Amino acid sequence: MTTATATTSPTVKATISKYLPWAIALAVMFAILFAMSWDSRQTEAVGAATVRAAAPLLLGALCGLIGERSGIINIGIEGQILLSAYCGFMVSSLSADASLPTVISLILGVVGGVAASALVGFFMAWCAVSLKMDQIIAGTVVNIFALGFTSYAYVQGRTQPRYPNWTVPGLSELPFVGDVLFNHGPLTYLAFFCVVGVHIALFRTTWGLRTRAIGEHPGAADTVGVDVARMRYKNMIIAGAMAGLAGMLLIQSASAFSRNMSNGKGFIALAVMLFGRYRPLGVLGAALLLGFFTALQSQLQFNQAFDIPPQFFGMIPFLLTIAVLAVAGLAARPPAAAGSPYEKE
Amino acid sequence: MADQQLLLDARGLTKRFPGVLANDSVDLQLAPGEILGLLGENGAGKSTLVKMLFGIYKPDEGEIFMKGSKAEIDEPGDAIELGMGMVHQHFQLVGPLSVAENIVMGAEPKRGMFFDLTKGEEQVAELSQRFGLAVDPKAIVEDLPVGLQQRVEILKALYRGAEILILDEPTAVLTPQETDELLQVMRDLAATGVGIIFITHKLREILAVTDRVTVLRDGKWVGTESTEGATQESLAELMVGRSVVLRIDKDDASVGEPVLSVHDLRVRDDRGHELVRGASFEVRSGEILGVAGVEGNGQRELVEALTGIRPANQGKVTIGTQDVTKASPRTIAEIGVAHIPEDREKDGIVGVYSVADNMVLNQYFKAPFAKGGQRQFAAIAENAERLVEQYDVATPSIKTPGKSLSGGNKQKVIVARELSIENKLVIASQPTRGVDVGSIEFIHKQLVAERDRGAAVLLVSAELDEIFSLADRIIVMYEGEVVADMPAEDATREQLGLLMAGATD
Repeated sequence: MTTATATTSPTVKATISKYLPWAIALAVMFAILFAMSWDSRQTEAVGAATVRAAAPLLLGALCGLIGERSGIINIGIEGQILLSAYCGFMVSSLSADASLPTVISLILGVVGGVAASALVGFFMAWCAVSLKMDQIIAGTVVNIFALGFTSYAYVQGRTQPRYPNWTVPGLSELPFVGDVLFNHGPLTYLAFFCVVGVHIALFRTTWGLRTRAIGEHPGAADTVGVDVARMRYKNMIIAGAMAGLAGMLLIQSASAFSRNMSNGKGFIALAVMLFGRYRPLGVLGAALLLGFFTALQSQLQFNQAFDIPPQFFGMIPFLLTIAVLAVAGLAARPPAAAGSPYEKE
Repeated sequence: MADQQLLLDARGLTKRFPGVLANDSVDLQLAPGEILGLLGENGAGKSTLVKMLFGIYKPDEGEIFMKGSKAEIDEPGDAIELGMGMVHQHFQLVGPLSVAENIVMGAEPKRGMFFDLTKGEEQVAELSQRFGLAVDPKAIVEDLPVGLQQRVEILKALYRGAEILILDEPTAVLTPQETDELLQVMRDLAATGVGIIFITHKLREILAVTDRVTVLRDGKWVGTESTEGATQESLAELMVGRSVVLRIDKDDASVGEPVLSVHDLRVRDDRGHELVRGASFEVRSGEILGVAGVEGNGQRELVEALTGIRPANQGKVTIGTQDVTKASPRTIAEIGVAHIPEDREKDGIVGVYSVADNMVLNQYFKAPFAKGGQRQFAAIAENAERLVEQYDVATPSIKTPGKSLSGGNKQKVIVARELSIENKLVIASQPTRGVDVGSIEFIHKQLVAERDRGAAVLLVSAELDEIFSLADRIIVMYEGEVVADMPAEDATREQLGLLMAGATD
């Protein structure tokens, strides 16, 4: 049949791109099993580190996802993370200096960091919606500004209070999973709640329906009375808040700011978003996968089991990001209107 | 005092754009249960008028009354609230969303803080039953055929309680059968009391379904007439302002040797789908071969392969005695093939080039337009002046950028360029799409003149009227195959419609 030859290649491509992620995930499971047989304490450490490393990627990817679903491509996540980490850290540090109670200064820090990133989100919405600027350039501006500004303004030696670890009573006693899942800082739990929250919001609320519409066909949404510009502003601010939380997660684990501490996480988050096919639950899987490799590489660097320069292990997450982008690029179908300003008639 | 019986009564609507008077004191009345045709050439101001009614544009002058009271319509939301619904020419549907999601969006049923999709689907099912517009509420819109997508658009308006339905060129994208179905849907809706404003430039549809027809010309209100008693000729004359030849008079074809032979041609599109699946046919000198078919059945890929723009996957294309299956567009053009492309903006003219440069795109590199690598501006200008005159192109000057011409005049520039050389073969793809009636007549005459001169003409058109008016022989393309090949005088509209929809008998 002629039909068969006509459709072969796209079908094969679709099949590959559909199952490849799962194949990779399986490979990961085998890697974990392998690691378990090697040393159970290390396995636990890698597991917990996976969750810790996945959390900022998750939030960064949610930031990208909300933006792109609304029609705005955000490559400034890296800058938003860095800027919020700096601002949050400074707020916590200064309020601790003013002898505010630890809890208060931590909360103020989170609020400050989230607000800073949300403000950047507003700025990017202004560039994309009101100025109809090229969105890639707007994101690049944010990244360059964030790195330059925080590097310049940061003074070494400043400290802030540590974040507490919250253990979930009962559950944290469980073998293996207890330490992996239920012994983390408060923001880490929040990150995972955000995934569920965004998933429900996107697929079960009118906000979600309209958000999906303005990213695909803003004209259609407009003709039924949805205010496209307003919604894009709103969503970029919400998305910015997500990236802000990601920045605060870095502060939660390091308890201090350091130069370029985001170290490419905002870009890896973009890969996570693509790999997760612009769906929150997909993003969850993708973030855990990349988080796992991040955890694995630091473990490998740390215990020096192999006689290989540690920088090579450091490359693993980035190599994987490239691989993910190459493969997932085939499958992920971005929202049709992403990247283009909406021209009202 | 406004008439309370009228659903809509617009008076003296005027809209100016910089340098253009798009609507000059236009009146329009619509009664409940009435189908009003809105007729006019491209650029006559039909779209501007309905956009003012729907709140997309703000009229500079004039008033709109609805059921006797003055209506303030500042944006589409106001129009929707007042009971207006519009089905746009380009569907305003979100492809990846379901039918129900598209229909209820903006007025979603809720349960608590959540969007109640189940209820939305029930409401849509109920609505589609009530108006006899069958469609599955759960279907994903982009998987539906165009005719059903249009139904979704109509339901979208009805869901919002529309009593006035504005349909902007709704039949442009439909097969003849789908068009008939739509006309029936319009009659049924009108019977329930909905008033319909039906925009089209197809006179036959106006006669088939409307009660009255309002005609615009150059932004001016020409008249509103009862459809009863009107003829295609009388309407065309109102629309153009002079009598128009709707059916080109042509002598019998004096057919010669085959010029273009296509044998078992297979072509893939950019995504790898095979869209031309073993097409074989011939075009002989002195005849016009019409290729009928609903758009998207491989016609575009066929033409691209014939003109060398897209590689053929398999098969053989011969022009004269020369095998051109793998030839470049330049080689094919040099053999003597004129190409009037389907997408004139993209493939026909270079928008930023002047009219003069656009008129030598196929010959700029050779004498007399270039000598020793240097362009000969005097010859180029002389050529342009002559063609502008001969082809009646309305342009301020030959230096005007191509993009600032109207659609019809752009098309004339392309036709002038392509037919300014003596060609063996003319490939014309949708040559009169979006072109005003006056220019259509002109372009049709040119194509017939080429045929009478002895050229072979391949005419691809989604307009059956155009095929019937010009073609000597007709082939029908369906899903990439040539499903019929017949002399034009043997073909009937019904038969072609069925073939275009894939019916085989």
